[in-house]
Amino acid sequence: MAAADELAFHAEFEEATNLLAQTPDAAITRSDQLTPQGHVAVVMDSGGSYGADDEVESDKAALLQEEKQQPGFWTFGYYQSFFDVDTSQVLDRIKGSLLPRPGHNFVRHHLRNRPDLYGPFWICATLAFVLAITGNLTLVLAQRRDPSIHYSPQFHKVTVAGITIYCYAWLVPLALWGFLRWRRGVRERVGPYTFLETVCVYGYSLFVFIPTVVLWLIPVPWLQWLFGALALALSAAGLVFTLWPVVREDTRLAATVLLSTVVLLHTLLAMGCKFYFFQPLPLEHVAPPHQAMSQPPNTLPPTLPRSMAT
Amino acid sequence: MAEAAESPGDPGTATPRPLFAGLSDISISQDIPVEGEITIPMRSRVREFDSSTLNESVQNTIMRDLKAVGKKFMHVLYPRKSNTLLRDWDLWGPLILCVTLALMLQRGSVDSEKDGGPQFAEVFVIVWFGAVTITLNSKLLGGNISFFQSLCVLGYCILPLTVAMLVCRLVLLAELGPINFMVRFFVVIVMFAWSIVASTAFLADSQPPNRKALAVYPVFLFYFVISWMILTFTPQ
Repeated sequence: MAAADELAFHAEFEEATNLLAQTPDAAITRSDQLTPQGHVAVVMDSGGSYGADDEVESDKAALLQEEKQQPGFWTFGYYQSFFDVDTSQVLDRIKGSLLPRPGHNFVRHHLRNRPDLYGPFWICATLAFVLAITGNLTLVLAQRRDPSIHYSPQFHKVTVAGITIYCYAWLVPLALWGFLRWRRGVRERVGPYTFLETVCVYGYSLFVFIPTVVLWLIPVPWLQWLFGALALALSAAGLVFTLWPVVREDTRLAATVLLSTVVLLHTLLAMGCKFYFFQPLPLEHVAPPHQAMSQPPNTLPPTLPRSMAT
Repeated sequence: MAEAAESPGDPGTATPRPLFAGLSDISISQDIPVEGEITIPMRSRVREFDSSTLNESVQNTIMRDLKAVGKKFMHVLYPRKSNTLLRDWDLWGPLILCVTLALMLQRGSVDSEKDGGPQFAEVFVIVWFGAVTITLNSKLLGGNISFFQSLCVLGYCILPLTVAMLVCRLVLLAELGPINFMVRFFVVIVMFAWSIVASTAFLADSQPPNRKALAVYPVFLFYFVISWMILTFTPQ
């Protein structure tokens, strides 16, 4: 009965733990679609090694949960399953997005078939507010150098930032997921990442911009470009390393086009944010700010009072 | 009978009254024939759970609600581990605080329509939708606090920041300068910390222990944004 099932699970997990201990590069995937009993399948994957105990515990709990019926999408419990993360797991995923490694697939290694919505949602919210607030602070710094610039709280930028970040972090993964599904045909079981996993990847990859935006307060231009390039490189690398196993089976043309589009959109986001939200110091001659093409149309014209300096 | 049904007693009394304890207070006149009505004095005790609250004066109703709101304000200002905020939640306090804050924060004149601070509606939306989002977040993470209790706590804990807004407006009547800014900055920081401590004292216990930080971080962000709006308020 239940005790026997538990013993069976324990036996399987002991076996999995031993395997993990011997081959630290293995990753456990839940092949619940193939064997509905929740059999543990150990897949060799080139990835880093972490403490095996925590993952075994979370996998055990997850597998035990898999036996329950998936609740319908109109129930609260359905959405609760997307927030089934602990503090340590969220921190671990953030760390994983900050330090991408070439063979190290974020989805397989960190998400482990348990994507969450907590990370993407709150990282986007934080980034939107931090963008608006630090952008406003640069106005303060600019006013110090040039007193003719009038300081104002610029609260509408919070709205713009929020819409931009959320649209980017949710619509671009939707487009990407749709495109990958289309390229792979309708083979669902062996398909690419689910929509939630794609959203997760994008959401966590935006985390590196939060400290970067704060560091953009330092009024040294080459340092700002350096930080921006570094953050962009880390973020885009994370995305590319995650998408590579999925697209490498496609034609070379499609793969390169897809990856370069992903990187290009990311670059446009970073540069658009830098130009729109941040007031450059008035002693420089800077061209008028231009909006990035991929941003949703912004109905407000740029309000930076650059012409006051002349 | 009606009296007996009332005998479970006031919400405030600690010991429940035994059933039918009030029967001895019923006075039946000896002269009343068998047919007819038995008059039972109903005025000897008035229970609040009955529809007698419909008959009380408006002043009583308002004073009762105001006292409840005031008591909760005291609980926020001196946060202790007590359940009053959670058990007897109400949304009057948050509404009063939110409207006060939004009225004080809105930009007055029309010439700074694009660049200025938040409008009344923006503050209102941020406070209420922020509170709703945090509540949903904590419920989705598995917290066992009810929706309105959480809204109540988050709304009441805006009180320190509203006080900070009042102080800032008073300080802004003096001449502007770095000292002015430092005073306002200090006041806002202290009140921000007070809000966080007060709300965490009420909310943190309702979360599972390994997710407390996940539930508290959005509260931090919420009060941070409100503090930012207060700090950057510039009079026209």
